[in-house]
Amino acid sequence: MNTSGQETKPLLEVKGLSKVFPSTVALSEVDFTLYPGDVHVLVGENGAGKSTLIKLITGVHHKDGGVILLEGKPIEPRSPRHAQELGISTVYQEVNLIPTMSVAENIFLGRQPMRFGMINMRAINQQAKQLLRGFGLDIDVTRNLSSYSVAIQQIIAIVRGVDLSAKVLILDEPTSSLDRHEVERLFSVIRSLKQRGIGIILITHFLDQVFEIADRITVLRNGHKVGEHRLAELTKVQLITEMLGKELTAALDNKQVTAREDGASTKPFLEVRGFARHGMIEPFNLVIRQGEIVGLAGLLGSGRTEIAHLIFGIDQNDQGEAFVKGEQVNLSSPRKAIQYGFGLCPEDRKVEGIIGELSVRENIILALQARMGWFNYLSRQKQDELATQMIEALHIVTPDAEKPVKELSGGNQQKVILARWLVSNPEFLILDEPTRGIDVGAHAEIIQIIKRLAQEGKAMMIISSELAEIVDYSDRVVVLRDRKKLGELEGNEINESTIMQAIAAN
Amino acid sequence: MRSRYIPLLMTFVVFVALYLIAYSRFSSFGSMRVVGNLLRDNAYWGIAAIGMTFVIISGGIDLSVGSVIAFTGVFCALMIGRNGWDPLATFAVILTIGTLFGATMGFFIHYFKIPAFIVTLSGLFLARGMAYVLSTDSIRIDHPFYKQISDLVYVFPDRGRFTFAAGMFLLILIVGIFLAHFTRFGRNVYALGGNSDAALLLGVPVGRTTILVYALSSFLTVLAGIVLSLSKQSGDSTIAVGLELDVIAAVVIGGTLLTGGVGYVIGTFIAVMTLGTIQTYLTLDGSLTPWWIKIVIGILLFSFVALQKLLSSRKRVQSAKEQLATAPLPS
Repeated sequence: MNTSGQETKPLLEVKGLSKVFPSTVALSEVDFTLYPGDVHVLVGENGAGKSTLIKLITGVHHKDGGVILLEGKPIEPRSPRHAQELGISTVYQEVNLIPTMSVAENIFLGRQPMRFGMINMRAINQQAKQLLRGFGLDIDVTRNLSSYSVAIQQIIAIVRGVDLSAKVLILDEPTSSLDRHEVERLFSVIRSLKQRGIGIILITHFLDQVFEIADRITVLRNGHKVGEHRLAELTKVQLITEMLGKELTAALDNKQVTAREDGASTKPFLEVRGFARHGMIEPFNLVIRQGEIVGLAGLLGSGRTEIAHLIFGIDQNDQGEAFVKGEQVNLSSPRKAIQYGFGLCPEDRKVEGIIGELSVRENIILALQARMGWFNYLSRQKQDELATQMIEALHIVTPDAEKPVKELSGGNQQKVILARWLVSNPEFLILDEPTRGIDVGAHAEIIQIIKRLAQEGKAMMIISSELAEIVDYSDRVVVLRDRKKLGELEGNEINESTIMQAIAAN
Repeated sequence: MRSRYIPLLMTFVVFVALYLIAYSRFSSFGSMRVVGNLLRDNAYWGIAAIGMTFVIISGGIDLSVGSVIAFTGVFCALMIGRNGWDPLATFAVILTIGTLFGATMGFFIHYFKIPAFIVTLSGLFLARGMAYVLSTDSIRIDHPFYKQISDLVYVFPDRGRFTFAAGMFLLILIVGIFLAHFTRFGRNVYALGGNSDAALLLGVPVGRTTILVYALSSFLTVLAGIVLSLSKQSGDSTIAVGLELDVIAAVVIGGTLLTGGVGYVIGTFIAVMTLGTIQTYLTLDGSLTPWWIKIVIGILLFSFVALQKLLSSRKRVQSAKEQLATAPLPS
């Protein structure tokens, strides 16, 4: 293994790399060095600049400043294809091969061996088989790619990339949908690539995997490099504090347990036992009581959104059982979840939440109308009444209820989604990143609304990357890492430091 | 048996079954006379269907087929029949025009990101309009070359006739199979239809392949028009209206997925022969109007699409199961 990098020459060197998008600085003067035979892991939360850095190196975007050196020579990748010709191959999370073609054809697409002016299919199959065997994969290469698991498909994509004489291999979240065995298998392939002197850049959200495979770790936050470490020098807590940009302070700004407790009932609204879905989240128990706010804390990709999707029926659990108010229920679809009185404000409101072309009023009554059935039409008068009521209650800033939602600010769009669920009067609300991308004023208001709803007796489950926010409103905090629930913090145990330590705990 | 061959096998089974039914009713289906006529009568749209197979495998569609055939017929009739052009020169000109026409459609589909449905629908109107502009009359072609071609026949012992059109159909079939499976162009077409984003990242020349696919389709459609012109010895701007829909139906019945990426030229050939067999049967039977062919096409088309849907959903369940059973680790 070649981890004593300093003596060897760097394979890929990035100096002062910057990228500016119209509204933000995506990457600011970042340095990054990759040595041959090293696995260099890039970590960071949303918007840290990981994917921007990768896209600059692979020619998807073009840099606004800095230099990229490959084996000491400056390069200007124009496109992913050009980058590949230079020796930089990328394998993405969603495998970029042709599912309807055979494994062998995928490996040799565009560079098939020819004989007598014809594609030599026999040679393709033979060479592909041999190539894959070199990576411990003995499979039928004439079968369609789609007949193999994602892990195998990823290994095939890697093999293709490496066979195109790659010097640098970029793996962008390759393990997101793999289980433990499949990750092992992928890692054994990565280890054999290290021995061949290939430099590997790995992006992953799984901390345990970082500590298993990395030689070197670079932490990015808000487009800046905040740290570069040899694996041996680093502890998990250190890594997490760097990623989140927080200091570990002893029990500072502890949660103040107020008289809120009185309002909270102890009756559980929802209880799940041993809930799990293969490849998404390991079995967990969770109780959410009426009038209680439960925060889900963890890094990006730790399984927070997966829990929300499982409970709301967007994805179905393959293990465990759920109880609503003590009665066993089957949460097999969002429709059912809504019938039990659940509501979900999704993470990406642009994609999953608002319908931009529809008016504020129409967006607000959408869920209620769906719940009542489309034949049981809400009168226009009733619609106007509800919309006006919500615009007032949530301080939605809009000239009138007929304005298309897409013309509202992010914070007000978020309030419209909240309003949508509130008019259908749910007993249990799941909010996924309710304050992402909204301004400071709206931020404070939304948190006020959240607290008020809990006081009114609603059960709430909130996912947020803002630790301070979670500490502020949560009665209980569920801590997650690597698709696994690690534990819960309650009452005055809750502060930013305890949460970070819990995330890092072994 | 690989599941990817199942639709093709179904196509073949349906063909054999229908042919046997026809044979049990009319023993002439066992003669070269019927076989020769089947090939001759279905040659022109069969050739167009082979072109369409490539388009659909690439994930596209070509609605201009019927119009291009009509335009070709009128153009040939006008130039050869009225203006006295040399037939071979005329064919060369119209094939060039057609190929450029298809390439232009491919260009707009790729570079302007306009859906193929819209671009080729425009092509449909354009070509049909041009045919009418050239002539609204049916024009006869009276040229010795046309006579020579129609005399170019191999006669089987039972007086079955293997015509020029039939020969052309089989030739294009062989060329089509070769193109699809043994050239990089062919494999790129499959890749494009399988996952166009991935194809781009894998280095498939997506733009060039798209343009070539539509150029090929229009080239073969013009060739189909020439074959039809030779057999009809006339040109008429009102013919082949809606033929593209029969062609698309044949391609799908032949086992090609409308979503692209999967399909076989030979399947299209078998499907064309199947529909031809039904047509011949209905004509010989006489008790039903030949328009029943449309109803049969509808039923077959629906059954095949339903079958493909069933297969693909079953396969998804299967692969999910396979993923659950973890493969052993390499040691």
